[in-house]
Amino acid sequence: MSVAMREAFGKKLVELGATCPELVVLDADVSSSTKSGLFGNAYPDRFFNIGVAEANMVDIAAGMATAGLRPVVNAFSIFLALKATDQIRNTLCYNNLPVVIAGAYGGLSDSFDGASHQSICDIAIMRAMPNMQVIVPSDARQAELALEYALKQDGPVFIRLNRNPMPDLPASDEIGTVVCSEGSDVTIAANGITASFANEAAALLAKEGIKAEVLSVPMVKPLDVESIKKSVAKTGKLLCVEEHALMGGFSSAVSEAFMKQGICCIFDAIGIEDRFTESGPYEPLLAKYGISAENIANRAKALCK
Amino acid sequence: MNTGVTQLLSDPERKFNAKELAALAAYFRVVMFDTLHDRGTGHWGGAASSAELTTSLYFNRMNIKTDESKWEDRDRLILSKGHASMNLYTILANRGFFPTEELATFRKLDSRLQGHPCMKKLPGVDMSTGALGHGISIGLGMAMAAKVTNRSFWTYVLVGEGCLNEGQSWEAIMSAAKFKPKNFVLMVDYNKVQLDGTEEEIMPLGSLSDKLKSFGWNVCPHAYDGNNTEDVLSSYDWMDQDDVWPKAVIYDTIKGKGISFTEGKSSWHGAVIDDDSYAKGIVELKKDLQNKEAVL
Ligand SMILES: Cc1ncc(C[n+]2csc(CCOP(=O)(O)OP(=O)(O)O)c2C)c(N)n1
Repeated sequence: MSVAMREAFGKKLVELGATCPELVVLDADVSSSTKSGLFGNAYPDRFFNIGVAEANMVDIAAGMATAGLRPVVNAFSIFLALKATDQIRNTLCYNNLPVVIAGAYGGLSDSFDGASHQSICDIAIMRAMPNMQVIVPSDARQAELALEYALKQDGPVFIRLNRNPMPDLPASDEIGTVVCSEGSDVTIAANGITASFANEAAALLAKEGIKAEVLSVPMVKPLDVESIKKSVAKTGKLLCVEEHALMGGFSSAVSEAFMKQGICCIFDAIGIEDRFTESGPYEPLLAKYGISAENIANRAKALCK
Repeated sequence: MNTGVTQLLSDPERKFNAKELAALAAYFRVVMFDTLHDRGTGHWGGAASSAELTTSLYFNRMNIKTDESKWEDRDRLILSKGHASMNLYTILANRGFFPTEELATFRKLDSRLQGHPCMKKLPGVDMSTGALGHGISIGLGMAMAAKVTNRSFWTYVLVGEGCLNEGQSWEAIMSAAKFKPKNFVLMVDYNKVQLDGTEEEIMPLGSLSDKLKSFGWNVCPHAYDGNNTEDVLSSYDWMDQDDVWPKAVIYDTIKGKGISFTEGKSSWHGAVIDDDSYAKGIVELKKDLQNKEAVL
């Protein structure tokens, strides 16, 4: 197990704060959860706790960005996506302001808190906004790379983070698609932390003689179509996996791109069906809603029939 | 254009006195009414309401450079009531940010003069607005940034009372009292008429001054007449008198100011100016302009 993404992200903020005096961090009364509080301890003059007011926080960050600062706003992903949608769209995106939106507790990772806190429509919302980039890191290292990348951009970037420690994936030097294992029978394109389950699934499949190629794809927008395309050219079959509603998220983005480019393949997608989720321990919860090595293996196998 | 105002606008950089500002505002009302009539779209009521407020800021108070619209140390205005865009555009054009001829492109395809102000398209616009309720938060962020970066520019946020119906406005008012940034001023264009009806009908604010005070703001001791430039200038004296932040100034104003049949009428919030109304209205506005020029 690696450290949790939020831990890595918080520490990276502190590290970058030393060399980037323009970096300011805002939080909405969840800094001990998001770990942005680490930055607050290190640089109290550049840390602002705005209280439980996500919309206000995003617009304050926007104002700061117009005056030369590089704000990173932190809150639970679902509340950023739902309570600050207008601010993110009409202020950040419309004006292409360089503000990083760090959505903590993405997907089902706030598992015990239940449906009100589980963020399964954030990617769909963020994707639909012009100028916005959307990154869903798969492990702690990718979360750090995503932050480094985001702070170099001229416009807004949404980074969706996970609450819990997850296994490390093969490392890369910059944020982007990682080929976790090579194979010629079926492509499994996994977004965010689902990549670790996809890797386990590949091991299960190998036992049955099926060679799965597992791609960890963090960039949802702009989508790395090329990597997926290249793999599918080899396998002819694609299974997308995401910790998000099946409407408007990663699989939707891939299908849109494939349809538009006329790429045909045998296709399936695992994500949250059109329903509300519930409380429970994280991994059993994920499994109940389809995100498990066994389910991924079964669905991939079905594509190979 | 009459010679009085023509002469004033030959040097828009200088600091104008109350009488001159009154003449300029009267002239800008004529331009706004003309343009809105010609274009057949846009918002007259709220633009007429704030004419003296914006004119006084840009022609008396704000530290700006028209040839360097993104100058880091400039003072900023956020027109949170973005539907008064025609008011802001008329001021920015006459102040020298872009040619006045461009006003005629308002709301046309490919125009830099969007229905609501867009900072990416038009020089002089400090923040894109249109969705109500954002302005105070954004202005607060600018004022807080001034502190982090050791700059001393001023940030003004102009809201209508309708803008204060939005919950976000009060989140921002609450948080501004926590951070207390210097040189941060909330200006309320308090015309007591919203889109659908009067404030009393739509959402009564009660005592705005008491509300702001109880949120921890330094609020002007009495409301100023926001359509009287002498009074607007004296509000600046109040702003400059102490170092207690954030500050709020309440201006009593009249929506649709300057034309008898549009004053105080929510129906004139965003109505198309028909030819009949134009013919009657422009006479009143020009008369007012003449009177103001006569005393220059
Ligand atoms: C979020 C949002 N909701 C609704 C509107 C539509 N709208 C435009 S102006 C207005 C009323 C504004 O009243 P006020 O702030 O008092 O402005 P003024 O009277 O000065 O024109 C409304 C409801 C909007 N622009 N933004």
